[in-house]
Amino acid sequence: MADLTALNESFTARFPSKIQIRPLFRGETTWVVERAELLQVLTALKEQGFDLLIDLSTVDNFGDEPRFEIVYELCQLSSNQNLRVKSFISEDDNSVSSVTSIWATANWHEREAYDMMGILFEGHPDLRRILMWEGYPFHPLKKDFPLEGKATEMPDIAFSRPAPLEGGPFVTAPSDHVIEREPRARPTELI
Amino acid sequence: MSTVQELGIKDNASRASDVIDMVGEKLVLNMGPSHPSTHGVLRIVLELDGEIITKADPDLGYLHRGDEKIAENMTWTQFIPYTDRLDYLAPLANNVAYTCAVEKLMGYELTPRAKVIRVMCCELARISAHLLGVGCYAMDCGAMTVFLYTFTEREKIYNLIESLTGARFTTSYTRIGGLARDLPPGWTGELSNFLKQLPERINEVDSLLTRSPIFVGRTRDIGIIPPDVAISYGLTGPNLRGSGVSYDLRKAKPYLGYEEYDFEVPVGSTGDCYDRYLVRMEELRQSIRILEQAIKKLPEGPIFVDDPKNILPPKSDVLTSMEGLIQQFMIVTQGIEAPKGEVYFGAENPKGELGFYINSRGGGVPHRLKIRAPSFVNLSILPHLLPGHSVSDTVAILGSLDFVMGECDR
Repeated sequence: MADLTALNESFTARFPSKIQIRPLFRGETTWVVERAELLQVLTALKEQGFDLLIDLSTVDNFGDEPRFEIVYELCQLSSNQNLRVKSFISEDDNSVSSVTSIWATANWHEREAYDMMGILFEGHPDLRRILMWEGYPFHPLKKDFPLEGKATEMPDIAFSRPAPLEGGPFVTAPSDHVIEREPRARPTELI
Repeated sequence: MSTVQELGIKDNASRASDVIDMVGEKLVLNMGPSHPSTHGVLRIVLELDGEIITKADPDLGYLHRGDEKIAENMTWTQFIPYTDRLDYLAPLANNVAYTCAVEKLMGYELTPRAKVIRVMCCELARISAHLLGVGCYAMDCGAMTVFLYTFTEREKIYNLIESLTGARFTTSYTRIGGLARDLPPGWTGELSNFLKQLPERINEVDSLLTRSPIFVGRTRDIGIIPPDVAISYGLTGPNLRGSGVSYDLRKAKPYLGYEEYDFEVPVGSTGDCYDRYLVRMEELRQSIRILEQAIKKLPEGPIFVDDPKNILPPKSDVLTSMEGLIQQFMIVTQGIEAPKGEVYFGAENPKGELGFYINSRGGGVPHRLKIRAPSFVNLSILPHLLPGHSVSDTVAILGSLDFVMGECDR
């Protein structure tokens, strides 16, 4: 794996105090960028040769503030180096600049992020749902959307009853207590 | 009892037809989800000017099963069967990609035997998927016999996979830190016999298609993707290599010991459908090379990583000793103890780069598992690529992109 320290240094010099470089984990570099600077940093990275946007994911940290994370996985084809750039977005102001003008593949990734997490992208040419159908009222991947689905009042739009999970998935949860780690039904009492 | 209620929900097609003037210059054609040539449930709304496409809008989600949401409620090992159903034409490759991603998070280094067996699984899946890709592509272009030839070979692969994993299709063969079970005795012999006769079959398919004027006429100079457009649209796998960009994850970021195998990466020149077909045919031959080397190389030894806290003990221990019983119980109910952190791991799947972005908060379940599906990204080029081609070229282009909706919609 080539070294990204030169890149890290040049970018922290260009964007002082806006990029926070996380320590290496499993050989991967992660940058945390403030939302306002995100488009500039990504444009600068594209100019540096990171011309493959591998993935654009979103993470929902329900209960934390800021709530959403948007994660860009980039690759520099000349050196085969991966870089992860992420930004935290709060729930009240959940819109980010679209990077469709930088990488064309972001078009569909951002549509999926909007569809699943409800994050809006400014400047996106065609922001509509991609996996769910138009008119579906919810954003399914948010943590407050239960696994069995929510009932809707509109029988033509979506199911009127949630899926019959018969008590919910019996799943473990991360914790230090052994009791918490036991698999049990964890209904989303978050709504 | 629910009464019938009329709701006017406008989808793309009907909204587009509202805009069309009464003279009717453009026709909106729905290449519906149930179509023999769309390789699964893909719906494309085409706007046609005569026979030429002016706009294409794919409509996905007919096979969306919510895998990413399910992953947040499953332990790491419980999610492995769901990965079978992503790219259902090469389930072993998906299993390997997912478990490699989780092992990267855990920081495991696999045993040499497990690595070689996983490479064999990946390459067998690649042969199976490319045979199907080429066979169905030929069938879509009219050459029905080729489909039967390639599927005969796939049946032999299914027999091999069945003796290895117990199922032809939904394999779930890998586990975090190793494999479900070791190779059955004599399996490498059967694999060698299969590999000995495979090159002649590929040559037969080659002789039927590569110089056939009908096939070449249907695929040459159709659906040309220049390399910079391919990179910008995030294409990976044979689609990207058909456009001339030599980016293969097995060479660029080697995993599972791929750097020790001697193979070449075929790269196309023009980026048309014919090039992508040729890349897949050549990848078949290179996979045979890798498999032969792997069979020679297969070392003896354990298949599981040495981590008693997270690896299931042997069944004899579980049934006779207390520690084995407790360990089995804790691992199965609480899941594997993953560290906090995030990783991304991309594997060279037959369709492209299958990537898993895992965000873990410790414990036995992922906090967020994002599946970077190659077919989803490969399909995104359709609105850019299809306009200008005729409707019959659509079939050729879809077949050459070789996507699978299970992966695209997850």
